[in-house]
Amino acid sequence: MLVCRHTTFRGETTTIVCPASQISTNKNMAALVKHSRSLSGFQARPACLKLLRAALPRYYSALPPAAHERIGDKRRAALTGGGQRRIDAQHGKGKLTARERVDLLLDPGTFVEYDMFVEDRRAEFGSEREAVPGAGVITGRGHIHGRPVFLFSQDFTVVGGTLSNAHATKICKIMDQAMLTGVPVVGLNDSGGARIEQGVDSMSGYGDIFQRNVEASGVVPQISLIMGPCAGGAAYSPALSDFTFMVKDTSYLFVTGPDVVKSVTGEDVSCEELGGAQIHTALSGVAHRAFENDIDALLRLREFYNFLPLSYKDPAPIRTGEDPADRICPVLDHLVPLDPEKPFNMHDIIRSVIDEEDFFEIMPDFAGNILVGFARMDGRTVGIVANQPTKLGGSLDINASVKGARFVRFCDAFNIPLLTFVDVPGFLPGTAQEHSGIIRHGAKLLFAACEATVPKITVITRKAYGGAYGVMASKHMKADMNYAWPTAEVAVMGAKAAVSVLFRGDQDKARREAEYAETFANPLPAASRGFVDDILEPRMTRRRICRDLHLLSTKQESRPDKRHANIPL
Amino acid sequence: MASYRFNLVKRVPQFSSSLYRIARRCCSIYTTPVDTNEPTFDKILIANRGEIACRVMQTCKRMGIKTVAIFSEADRHALHAQMADEAMYVGPAPSNQSYLVMDRIMDIIRKTGAQAVHPGYGFLSENKEFAKKLADEGVAFIGPPSGAIQAMGDKIESKLLAKDAKVNVIPGFDGVVKDADEAVQIANDIGYPVMIKASAGGGGKGMRIAWNDQEARDGFRLSSQEAASSFGDDRLLIEKFIDNPRHIEMQVLADSHGNALYLNERECSIQRRNQKVVEEAPSIFLDPDTRRAMGEQAVALARAVDYTSAGTVEFLVDSQKNFYFLEMNTRLQVEHPITECITGVDIVQQMIRVAKGHELTMKQSDIPIRGWAVECRVYAEDPYKSFGLPSIGWLSRYQEPTHLPKVRCDSGIQEGSEISMYYDPMISKLVTYGDNREEALQNMCRALDNYVIRGVTHNIPLLQEIIAHPRFVSGDINTKFLYEEYPDGFQGRQLSDTEQKEVAAMAACIYLRDQVRAGAFKNENRMPLQPVNPAAWDITAIVQGQEMPATVTENKDNFTVTIDGQTLTVNNDWSIAAAVLDATINGQQNTFQCISRKGDEIKLQYKGTVFKVEVLPKKATDYSHLMPEKPKVEASGEVRSPMAGSLVSISVQPGQDVAIGQEVCVIEAMKMQNSLTADRSGKVKAVHFETGTNVSEDDLILELE
Repeated sequence: MLVCRHTTFRGETTTIVCPASQISTNKNMAALVKHSRSLSGFQARPACLKLLRAALPRYYSALPPAAHERIGDKRRAALTGGGQRRIDAQHGKGKLTARERVDLLLDPGTFVEYDMFVEDRRAEFGSEREAVPGAGVITGRGHIHGRPVFLFSQDFTVVGGTLSNAHATKICKIMDQAMLTGVPVVGLNDSGGARIEQGVDSMSGYGDIFQRNVEASGVVPQISLIMGPCAGGAAYSPALSDFTFMVKDTSYLFVTGPDVVKSVTGEDVSCEELGGAQIHTALSGVAHRAFENDIDALLRLREFYNFLPLSYKDPAPIRTGEDPADRICPVLDHLVPLDPEKPFNMHDIIRSVIDEEDFFEIMPDFAGNILVGFARMDGRTVGIVANQPTKLGGSLDINASVKGARFVRFCDAFNIPLLTFVDVPGFLPGTAQEHSGIIRHGAKLLFAACEATVPKITVITRKAYGGAYGVMASKHMKADMNYAWPTAEVAVMGAKAAVSVLFRGDQDKARREAEYAETFANPLPAASRGFVDDILEPRMTRRRICRDLHLLSTKQESRPDKRHANIPL
Repeated sequence: MASYRFNLVKRVPQFSSSLYRIARRCCSIYTTPVDTNEPTFDKILIANRGEIACRVMQTCKRMGIKTVAIFSEADRHALHAQMADEAMYVGPAPSNQSYLVMDRIMDIIRKTGAQAVHPGYGFLSENKEFAKKLADEGVAFIGPPSGAIQAMGDKIESKLLAKDAKVNVIPGFDGVVKDADEAVQIANDIGYPVMIKASAGGGGKGMRIAWNDQEARDGFRLSSQEAASSFGDDRLLIEKFIDNPRHIEMQVLADSHGNALYLNERECSIQRRNQKVVEEAPSIFLDPDTRRAMGEQAVALARAVDYTSAGTVEFLVDSQKNFYFLEMNTRLQVEHPITECITGVDIVQQMIRVAKGHELTMKQSDIPIRGWAVECRVYAEDPYKSFGLPSIGWLSRYQEPTHLPKVRCDSGIQEGSEISMYYDPMISKLVTYGDNREEALQNMCRALDNYVIRGVTHNIPLLQEIIAHPRFVSGDINTKFLYEEYPDGFQGRQLSDTEQKEVAAMAACIYLRDQVRAGAFKNENRMPLQPVNPAAWDITAIVQGQEMPATVTENKDNFTVTIDGQTLTVNNDWSIAAAVLDATINGQQNTFQCISRKGDEIKLQYKGTVFKVEVLPKKATDYSHLMPEKPKVEASGEVRSPMAGSLVSISVQPGQDVAIGQEVCVIEAMKMQNSLTADRSGKVKAVHFETGTNVSEDDLILELE
């Protein structure tokens, strides 16, 4: 919140505009002005010009008054965007304006705007428009909880946030600098698509952005937050970024909109049904999570940002952990039911093990048979991959494999240790899966797990059957620490299935099953071969993992030289 | 399936050490020493589960007696099974297939060689057949003789016996009354006030209270008309009306040598649906003379039925301190610990001694009243629905407040335990004591504030309200207390303006702590730009729908929160990860529990009730007025099949009440059982499938009303 105070400084009456918090003491205005000068981002606020004038009277007042006026006019135009009427319309849709979004996302007073004065050079194709202020996008940098971030925020109030060449150039500029400095990029998407009247100039803009998305991939985290329409070519930039989040009810993602769909296929479909948040988070898997509204989305994004390292050169962030690293979790001793056919909720295990029950789940509504997300252990970010027995028995299907693989690769790219909790009965059987290519999709998860060189810690909580055992970061994939709980059973298959294969026609199935279970339904066979490093009392899991992570923080592992690996896409 | 595991008895040694600690702590209240030279049983089987099994075992351990526990399928990991020297599987989870199956228990007795059985309360504790079976095998039943159980088990017979033993019973008349004059005559014999109603009318239906002759005549006229017209039965019931009834009971102890004494009273007036909620000993209402009269009548009744062991004689007491016999419970009562606290007598120890044939070592004159004790029954239930509807779940976090002085907590569960639908949803009995009632109540308040229970809905909000209620504190209570004080049901604590600010301030401090920490990375390559954080934070805390703008500053030793021009100073020496936050707000001690922090939402438990506080940066609140209200998605009350599979079991029937999260059916698919739960509480309207049938994805299995 900004407040105005009138004061006399160097004999001149002036208005000082600054955050209320800065002025609360109101004791020494001179010191305050001095302090305000050091705050970055203040230059962007027109109101601060007066402050600057007071602070730097010599240089600023030397400018000719006409230039003053023109700079001021341009600045004001850029700050107002599409004008009050369109701003009201934006609010009417339950959306914030591009600048309000930046204001909420960043730490107060840290925004440094780039290219505020860039305009689309001329109108074409019968367009009567004046110069478009800011080219319909706000770009710049700022801080989230004190760490830098580059961002662009498309301004729907300015020509529908459509992408012109200048618009794209602005975005490319910050992406280039993000890569050079190793700082992540956050895109707040709210755009009607290409600036049609610009033709190929607009299209080239998309191409330039895509190229930078791909170049930046694995260099710095890229996050897209869809806060309005995002259609056509525009949809691919979010798809190329690491995480795509959406705002419920007000955001859409599709390659072709309902009108084109209607004319081509005859299908009558609404924007929401075609590409709303519900569709993409639960059905298509295009988006990683949806939030209630703009405010919720931006505040949650700030939380999410704190889990990530800034670039591939930075370690996973560590912050002060208040949850004791040696906390014993008695509840874990009770969570896994003895009956192998009874499911349990893997969320309970995750919540209990991690710091302060703070689990930022990725894709919570998609492929629920695998859980992925970020958490902290003793303050250090970890990526969690876990089978969820309450959904499809925790088995791996195509969606789960792809979901898991993408997450594992992100963690590996950005030095985030991987923590895997296993209770997997195998890959999901059936023609639907086989015909859709479970083999090549399942291979993605396998590939990602083998490829990962970040610290890998695996806990087998119960079932680890067949090929799925291998896939879930087993010892054979150079996992660093593998643990089994006393309830673990590492085997080719469950007792019932095994007996029906091995002892076909045997009358005394129950006895055979009991024998099989006696032999395999415990962690000893795996432990005696060294495939698990230790059998762990569940309650001690957190303590042990925290210690392992501490040790593994200096892990160095390299793989054979190559251009790049060829993941089965 | 997995039957091979049934005979395994899991033993997890590290639990026991903490159990012994609890046992030792509880012992400190007892003044009845164990005589190690006195012969006793070698091994006792406890035919019960949960807290009472653990309670009995503690005394057994104190006396050097080996213990045998029995456990059902659902109790495989239960504390009582871990605590016993031997634990034997008794049957599937439902109690009629496990804890109530006498033959199984007899088998286990034979197998383990237990010489005596303590039945606890409930289950087989007042089953004369069980007592007889034990006697036939020569196994001691730690309880009264079966004759006494039988005599007191019958409501009518017990009243007649009580009358014979010169125990006050509620005077009354049940039969045909000729005319109004006779009704007045009867009423005068009984003594006003009297209650008149048709005998055939159930419960309190058509009940009329008469305080004088005229009212008795009116009551006779109306009731006899009603009796004839509504029931076709002329009989009337005229009975002494007990105004402001209090439930006060006498603990008695008797041995087989003819000694009997009373351990003073317990007042259990705070009840809901005739179940006790809060009990205390002694009663604030009784004077020494009434106490002696009541105690002597209780002892007389015990003698009349040749009672041995511990028992309880329940009385109703009216506002004039007239007391009337209600019934006798021939077992160890749930609320026995408060009597132990004020008398120092280990009742279980005396029961075991008496069962072995020993004489009671103390005399009536040895029984003191040392201070005051209060017991709260902590239940896994939702107090906002009819003062408590059962809930179920896992105790994801659980800490008993036994680190506080003068607190005793009798429980049979631990962190990770499941409160299942099969048994009583009691979590524990929280007992506090002190030199006087005030101290005991203060200790209870503190204990409730510090009791950490997560994962199940519990009734601490209600208990905390009762303990702090001015009427309860003054001692002006009766059995209708809850219904009189909360006629529209319990709504949770109503915060005063100051309290609301305190809750907002605490939430704001938690938010600030979290935000400041979020910016404090320990391994950043860049040095942070100073200052990372503003000197003061402008936030809005939304408590119970009310927006409270606030400014928060973190100072060296504390936080300063300014709300509405008022400044609150909050200490900052607490951890954001701790379950219990000891906060000092403007010098006042307050205990908060941080139930959860999720995004902007901080759930704080304060004075028992959980409050949801939303904390947002001020600018977010300003913008939030631009956000449209989204319609709330109502829980559908439908249970649909999430996948194709077969319906293994349906655990509810139409008309049955279910709680949110309660399992309603199990579907087997992918060789895995998936338990489906109700998404809200309510009554089952219809069940559309039968057990064993196959369901397809999205089939509607059942609906709630």
